[in-house]
Amino acid sequence: MTDSKYFTTTKKGEIFELKAELNSDKKEKKKEAVKKVIASMTVGKDVSALFTDVVNCMQTENLELKKLVYLYLMNYAKSQSDTAIISVNTFVKDCEDSNPLIRALAVRTMGCIRVDKITEYLCEPLRKCLKDEDPYVRKTAAVCVAKMHDINAQLVEDQGFLDLLKDLLSDSNPMVVANAVAAISEILETSPTAQQSLEMNIGTINKLLTALNECSEWGQVFILDAISNYNPKDDKEAQSICERVTPRLAHANAAVVLSAVKVIMKLMEMLDPHSDYITMLVKKLSPPLVTLLSAEPEIQYVALRNINLIVQKRSDILKAEMKVFFVKYNDPIYVKLEKLDIMIRLTNQGNIAQVLAELKEYATEVDVDFVRKSVRAIGRCAIKVEQAAERCVSTLLDLIQTKVNYVVQEAIVVIKDIFRKYPNKYESIIATLCENLDTLDEPEARASMIWIIGEYAERIDNADELLESFLEGFQDENTQVQLQLLTAIVKLFLKRPTDTQELVQQVLSLATQDSDNPDLRDRGYIYWRLLSTDPAAAKEVVLAEKPLISEETDLLEPTLLDELICHISSLASVYHKPPNAFVEGKASLRRSLPPRSQSDSMDAQPASSLESPTSNVSSAPQATVIPGADSLIGDLLDMDLGGPTPFQQQQMYQQMPQQSQPQQSGVVDFLGGEGLDSLLGGGGGMDSLGGLGDIFGAASSNSYVPPAEVWLPASKGKGLEINGTFARKNGQIFMELTFTNKAMQPMVGFAIQFNRNSFGLTPASPLQVQSPLIPNSSASASLQLNTSGQIQKMDPLLMVQVAVKNSIDVFYFSSMIPQHVLFTEDGEMDKKEFLASWKEIPTTNEVQYVITDVQHNADTVSQKLRNNNIFTIAKRNVEGQDMLYQSLKLTNGIKVLAELKIAPGNPNFTLSMKCRVLDIYTGIQTAYDTILHN
Amino acid sequence: MIGGLFMYNHKGEVLISRVFRDDIGRNAVDAFRVNVIHARQQVRSPVTNIARTSFFHIKRSNIWVAAVTKQNVNAAMVFEFLHKMVEVMQAYFGKISEDNIKNNFVLIYEILDEILDYGYPQNTDTGILKTFITQQGVKSQTKEETAQITSQVTGQIGWRREGIKYRRNELFLDVLESVNLLMSPQGQVLSAHVAGRIVMKSYLSGMPECKFGINDKVLMESKGKSSLDDSTRVSGSSGGKTSIAIDDCQFHQCVKLSKFETEHSISFIPPDGEFELMRYRTTKDISLPFRVIPLVREVGRQKMEVKVVVKSNFKPSLLAQKVEVRIPTPLNTSGVQVICMKGKAKYKASENAIVWKIKRMGGMKECQLSAEIELLATNDKKKWTRPPISMNFEVPFAPSGFKVRYLKVFESKMNYSDHDVIKWVRYIGRSGLYETRC
Repeated sequence: MTDSKYFTTTKKGEIFELKAELNSDKKEKKKEAVKKVIASMTVGKDVSALFTDVVNCMQTENLELKKLVYLYLMNYAKSQSDTAIISVNTFVKDCEDSNPLIRALAVRTMGCIRVDKITEYLCEPLRKCLKDEDPYVRKTAAVCVAKMHDINAQLVEDQGFLDLLKDLLSDSNPMVVANAVAAISEILETSPTAQQSLEMNIGTINKLLTALNECSEWGQVFILDAISNYNPKDDKEAQSICERVTPRLAHANAAVVLSAVKVIMKLMEMLDPHSDYITMLVKKLSPPLVTLLSAEPEIQYVALRNINLIVQKRSDILKAEMKVFFVKYNDPIYVKLEKLDIMIRLTNQGNIAQVLAELKEYATEVDVDFVRKSVRAIGRCAIKVEQAAERCVSTLLDLIQTKVNYVVQEAIVVIKDIFRKYPNKYESIIATLCENLDTLDEPEARASMIWIIGEYAERIDNADELLESFLEGFQDENTQVQLQLLTAIVKLFLKRPTDTQELVQQVLSLATQDSDNPDLRDRGYIYWRLLSTDPAAAKEVVLAEKPLISEETDLLEPTLLDELICHISSLASVYHKPPNAFVEGKASLRRSLPPRSQSDSMDAQPASSLESPTSNVSSAPQATVIPGADSLIGDLLDMDLGGPTPFQQQQMYQQMPQQSQPQQSGVVDFLGGEGLDSLLGGGGGMDSLGGLGDIFGAASSNSYVPPAEVWLPASKGKGLEINGTFARKNGQIFMELTFTNKAMQPMVGFAIQFNRNSFGLTPASPLQVQSPLIPNSSASASLQLNTSGQIQKMDPLLMVQVAVKNSIDVFYFSSMIPQHVLFTEDGEMDKKEFLASWKEIPTTNEVQYVITDVQHNADTVSQKLRNNNIFTIAKRNVEGQDMLYQSLKLTNGIKVLAELKIAPGNPNFTLSMKCRVLDIYTGIQTAYDTILHN
Repeated sequence: MIGGLFMYNHKGEVLISRVFRDDIGRNAVDAFRVNVIHARQQVRSPVTNIARTSFFHIKRSNIWVAAVTKQNVNAAMVFEFLHKMVEVMQAYFGKISEDNIKNNFVLIYEILDEILDYGYPQNTDTGILKTFITQQGVKSQTKEETAQITSQVTGQIGWRREGIKYRRNELFLDVLESVNLLMSPQGQVLSAHVAGRIVMKSYLSGMPECKFGINDKVLMESKGKSSLDDSTRVSGSSGGKTSIAIDDCQFHQCVKLSKFETEHSISFIPPDGEFELMRYRTTKDISLPFRVIPLVREVGRQKMEVKVVVKSNFKPSLLAQKVEVRIPTPLNTSGVQVICMKGKAKYKASENAIVWKIKRMGGMKECQLSAEIELLATNDKKKWTRPPISMNFEVPFAPSGFKVRYLKVFESKMNYSDHDVIKWVRYIGRSGLYETRC
């Protein structure tokens, strides 16, 4: 049978001929004619003129002919909506046919005919088919509901099809269930009104998990994708779903594997990160991911893009699998580039030698992009693994010696980053770099070179000549080169003012007078003003110390990463963009990872307060991230962008209050009872209680953060309003500030200074505020403080006076430090030491307070206090009253002992304190008060 | 989900175009042709986004197969589906070529209609599809027949029909391994793994339940605890390397995964005829059948000397076949003189390589080739980057050490037992990417 002849009819007047053939009496001729029509349709010819003639062939016993006519109908019905109505009868009739294949064919086709008038007629047949005795018809009807919903959502919802669809989730046939799930997921994506009726609960999820074992590979994908949208109510539920999904990791179909990975990655968030189960899951995830790399290259590509996300989220997965990401000579270029990315992520001190040897090999390959990326990767290694930095630098120098143009340029770009990471270490190579000045023709490389010259102007004898040579073609340079050149020359001038005055004037006039680029002009003016009014200040600004750059590079922003983890295996994970960036119209819900939640079991709680840098985004080290190649220079120029991004901060704020309210539960109470205490401790008395304390373990990071208050009202700040609070995170004190610009002009140049204060608090790093702060916007900053400043006793003791400067003026305000941020992590006393100190401090130093109206029991109280570094050393029960013995230590070393008396049923606690320094009592009492009431 | 599916020839002419969703228009067909097929630069990703429309493509010989969507679809699934679709078409009409596609376009539309509904993949099992979509047009079916078809298409055992009968119950197991190696010039193994496949051909009556036993460490250990019978057999077999560590394995959809997870047993009802039962990967204790020792010396700018030694490293009683060593030569090679002790070696200018073929080679042998390569003088400053020396071969054992321990067949309803089934097992080790840098 050769159907290719149908493709070759190109003569004129064929439409007429076809018309005649379609109306022929002979069946064979009719069929031939329809085939010709379909062939013409395929190559893009318009054969809509034959609509009536083709549709007339529809009522036939011949299934093959019928299918061809349907194909035609689906293509042209929309444009021929008036005539299309004649097909309705056949559809309705076919839906009643005794042959299930014909019933299914009819229901499948009619859903694709997007003509409102017809759709209405099809409701009844569809309803019947959804309850058809044959599963083949039911599974087709399930998809048809989704089709109809796309045409007319209202109709589908009014006709009760959603309920019928939901019923199919309990169907005995797994394929029907799978298609119903697919249809439901699609409807949920687009229709917010369908949400209530189609919401999944654990019952449905269990049904789906059962069907999972029995349905086709594609059905498994639909089901797993649907499960990934479900949020279990607690960790137990999450774990049981995980357990039933893990066998899928051994499926031969990559889509099944990746969808299972998605479900597991999402649910892992809810589980205790220190449990054995998580360790086991992590172990199980890695082999199937490696196996995906032996699939077809296209699937490898999808897998690699996803692995890139997975290792960013959980670095322990695949950490031992570096070798499988080594590039093969015959890999397609897209696979090579992705592998390279992952290699860098997995690089560590242990495998750096191997990685470097590979990268060196790659740098000699043919593909320009790949070679560039390899060179850049060598630089990344240097930044990531300090021990290997020297070897990386010498490798880069070797590569520069090859004089291959693009290799040299790429090497210079990364060397600039290495200089920033390890200042004053590798400057000896500058001479070699300068030799290649003439070959640089790419803006990024030129800008990097200029930055290096400016930064190390004092060590390069002919820096002025070099920069001057660039200046000749200033107008023709790319903006980033121009900006960099301007800054570099100003730097040079500040370092060697005597002989470079002419040069700096030249560049300033080029930037301000001859350029119409506003950025360049503004920067020019700023430098000019600075230099003319206060050269000392200019030095401080231009030559300020730069913040360190982080080791991890090209990291995705954490909220985006979390969102993408929820989209593993999908296009979003391939593009590394949220779906709304490439999907039109429909504003679908943003997905986010579920928060960690416990069912009511005691042991889960303390673990949650442990620091877990891998799972807790906010506690991740905050360092400047080197952005992708396209924005590299931007980062250098706008140094003040460093520090946490607004996004990260927002997250921190959101997490604080959450964390400061540990969940309460009945079991806590039960365990807190005396019976169990003595059981655990054995010895009774104070010793036994210490034992229990140890179980709860390490220091916690979720201390109480007082709500932000207005420190500087806009009326006093010439439009600048400052809100803020103090917090203790990871053993450091932070001042959390929010700057709001209520003035009419943008503000820049923020700086902060503290007056001497009682605890020597002073900023640990310069203030970093998004600059410029445009009118009617606000920016947050997290300012780390240390206690190395000068000390002067204040009255009140906890007051701190602060000066904030910006482009408008200098403002002063004072605020009160909450005492508890000064409590240190090492304030836990040994029991013996406690007893000794308690005896040693004279009773005259003892004070008593009553803390009223506390609604917690002894264990919650000690947990809450522990979160704020007030440590319960022992607990004793005396005549029905709980006595908590506690200790704390201030940043300046002052130790405070306390005894908290809790009588059952009485919300008023008695606090007795002993300390050698009396002045601090009020502060500590307030701290107790606020912590216990929040 | 998938919004449309197109197939093009190498010129970008449309051969098949099927649109499943309303958001995909005819212009999508042209967009892909203009931006990908006719693109000036080689396309660097199998996924392309053009004007908010995403195109997934794969290529078979010179045919482009593209799936289009405007939604955030499951990308892994789309590619898996495209590969599967090509597989189905090959099963129907052989090689994917322009002629074959044009000759079978009606059939292709019919298949597409069945395996993709509104862009959602449906049953893609060739065996089942062939029961009701045929190249000879649609046969008229009796009521019972259609009922059987629909229950199979949607059934729990969607890969096997009922009522199969054989006079002789027979099964064949092929353990096919491909050894992959990347070795440094100094002989250090940079990476090595074995990708194995178990292909089973079964001609069994009824609905036989099969149990498959292999010498995987994990499976054997858990078995050892549960049944005495197995553990005695393992320890009794031999003192040496009896079990291997499988990094990961994947199974045909007929294998009960939940049973594998909980009981560590591989049990399944096989499809009739040939199918791939299992895939696995190992990285530990691989016995590399060959070692290549290269020595390249550049004698001045116009001459190079290459010496390559190949050592076989397996039992002397075994024979490797189809041994081929491919030694890349620079692009500016003008002439090559080759001497080899065994086999035939030839310089193939079109492939820029010396190809050295040895028909058969026993274990524990050593062969050597030396060549002198003359080079044309060029102005090209760039150094020639030496691609790795690659090797092809076939050996009659499994380099991973994989062993089939048993395959038991249970069929209670039919009149035969495990002992009546004739079973054949064969081991073949082939080269995957077997490369040595030089």
